Amino acid sequence: MKRFLKKGYAALIYLFLYAPILILIVFSFNASKSRGTWAGFTFNWYLQLFKDRQIMKALSNTMIIAVLSAVIATVIGTAAAIGIHNMKRLKKTIVMNLTYIPVVNPDIVTGLSLMLLFVFSNFQLGFVSLLLAHITFNIPYVILSVMPKLKQLDKHLYEAALDLGATPFEAYRKVILPEIMPGVFTGLLLAFTLSVDDFVISFFTTGSGVSTLSIIIYSMARRGINPKINALSSLLFLTVLLLLIIVNLRMSGENKKKE
Amino acid sequence: MNKKGRLFLGVIMLMLVVLVLSSCGQDKRVVLNVYNWGDYIDESVIDTFEKKYNIRVNYDTFSTNEDMYVKIKSGGANYDVLFPSDYTIERMIKEDMLAKLDFNNIPNYKYIEERFKNLDYDPQNEYSVPYMWGTVGILYNKTMVDEPVTSWRILWDQKYNKQILMLDSQRDSIGVALKMLGYDMNTRNLEELEAAKEALIQQKPLVLAYVGDDVKDKMIAGEAALAVVWSGDAVNMKQESSDLEYALPREGSNLWFDAMVVPKTSKHKAEAEKFINFMCEPEIAFKNADYIDYSSPHREVKKMLDPALLNDPAAYPKEEDLVNYDIFKDLGDYLKVYDRIWTEVKAH
Repeated sequence: MKRFLKKGYAALIYLFLYAPILILIVFSFNASKSRGTWAGFTFNWYLQLFKDRQIMKALSNTMIIAVLSAVIATVIGTAAAIGIHNMKRLKKTIVMNLTYIPVVNPDIVTGLSLMLLFVFSNFQLGFVSLLLAHITFNIPYVILSVMPKLKQLDKHLYEAALDLGATPFEAYRKVILPEIMPGVFTGLLLAFTLSVDDFVISFFTTGSGVSTLSIIIYSMARRGINPKINALSSLLFLTVLLLLIIVNLRMSGENKKKE
Repeated sequence: MNKKGRLFLGVIMLMLVVLVLSSCGQDKRVVLNVYNWGDYIDESVIDTFEKKYNIRVNYDTFSTNEDMYVKIKSGGANYDVLFPSDYTIERMIKEDMLAKLDFNNIPNYKYIEERFKNLDYDPQNEYSVPYMWGTVGILYNKTMVDEPVTSWRILWDQKYNKQILMLDSQRDSIGVALKMLGYDMNTRNLEELEAAKEALIQQKPLVLAYVGDDVKDKMIAGEAALAVVWSGDAVNMKQESSDLEYALPREGSNLWFDAMVVPKTSKHKAEAEKFINFMCEPEIAFKNADYIDYSSPHREVKKMLDPALLNDPAAYPKEEDLVNYDIFKDLGDYLKVYDRIWTEVKAH
């Protein structure tokens, strides 16, 4: 009985997590445009999706912005984390608190203030302003995911590397960086996801001609979300699933090798 | 790690190359920035325009007039053609945000029906060319409502307890109550507004939900008997379910327009006018009307449409049925009173 309850509880959690996605995928094959009725099976929305210039452009914008901002934010954030880690206590506390503020700050404040900054400095809103905004809000997340790894690090590791003849740069690149790599990778993935996810900040900082997926989907609110979006979301979900499976397979393969 | 590091570097380089290439590959054509409602155009029309005039179109979308207004007002965005609704056009004219159109460049303006010219939001018709129009009315399910639907009063009928859907939009819902009581939708009379508030509070127990776009799914699925909807959506829903019918209340209602305008900040006004003129070409206007299913103000489009649609009061109501139909006016500061009334209704 206890086992049954345990299993049932877990099943319930996964049901709540995955039922919405499942329904989304099912309705991407619905012949009717309405979400209320099932009118038969069709691949039509998938075909239309690839013909839709606007959605395809938004998809490529979203991906380019996400990858670029994640990578740049990871580089800046990791360097910042190492710097902050080596600061004196008081200075470190101040800087870390400054890092936390953008994270807890509501998106709307970040978005609006970035827009005001761009407009005030006569910076043309568009692709570059959008990218800069995404890098800006991604950096703190990278710092926060790298910091714990640095704290776990043995203080003397860096000194030992220097003793053994490494230059300071080599010591960081070949000793410190591999040790904190899991944190860096988490930061990168987090930054990528947050960037794909973001609507509020993107909405305020993008200019004419540059839309992301979230902006396009939101703008469909008046006439109803087109089922093409269901098809696109299903494809994105399957891509992520596939990536996860590949990563997991490779990791378990590597573990076996080590054993 | 080295492998991963190189991978990172590779990705960065690749993205930079893509970025540079994509910006280099852009042609020297004039770029026209168009800002329209989401899913509110037949997209093949844009390709046709680009080929015909050798102008590149950047097409973006918004979801409310207010979103669009904020973007333009902030000065950051750089659009050449916008598609706002009536009251927003009025507001933008008042705030000197729109450029006067040169109608010599828009000869196809002649196709717009006379009754859609010189409307209150643009009295001299200097700034805008109508794109789509429609009404607000009652959509009902014939299997649940036996009596003829002719009046807003049916939304206050105890028989339909918990079977009524209202719009979660303050001006539309307060407007319905005002019209039911026989007042103007743009009233600035506090007594009339208080009466509308009382009516809405009285109606509240009967209302199943205040809804937005989900009204479509709910009505198609037969979850409610009556709903306040925009006419264009009514046409869509009727195609999905034959049980649904649309009625125009005799007390009058809201008549709305989305029109094409050019903001003062536009750097390509001549091209923008070309675009507006192109959108009024009979073939193109028909393609859009056919895709969107909203009512077109275009004379020639009506000749090409399916006669069944033309006789549908949801799509093309007869002129004589549209007495007492008000177009929303920009309320300016008085909007605060509407805000307060709506908050009081929702909080009751």
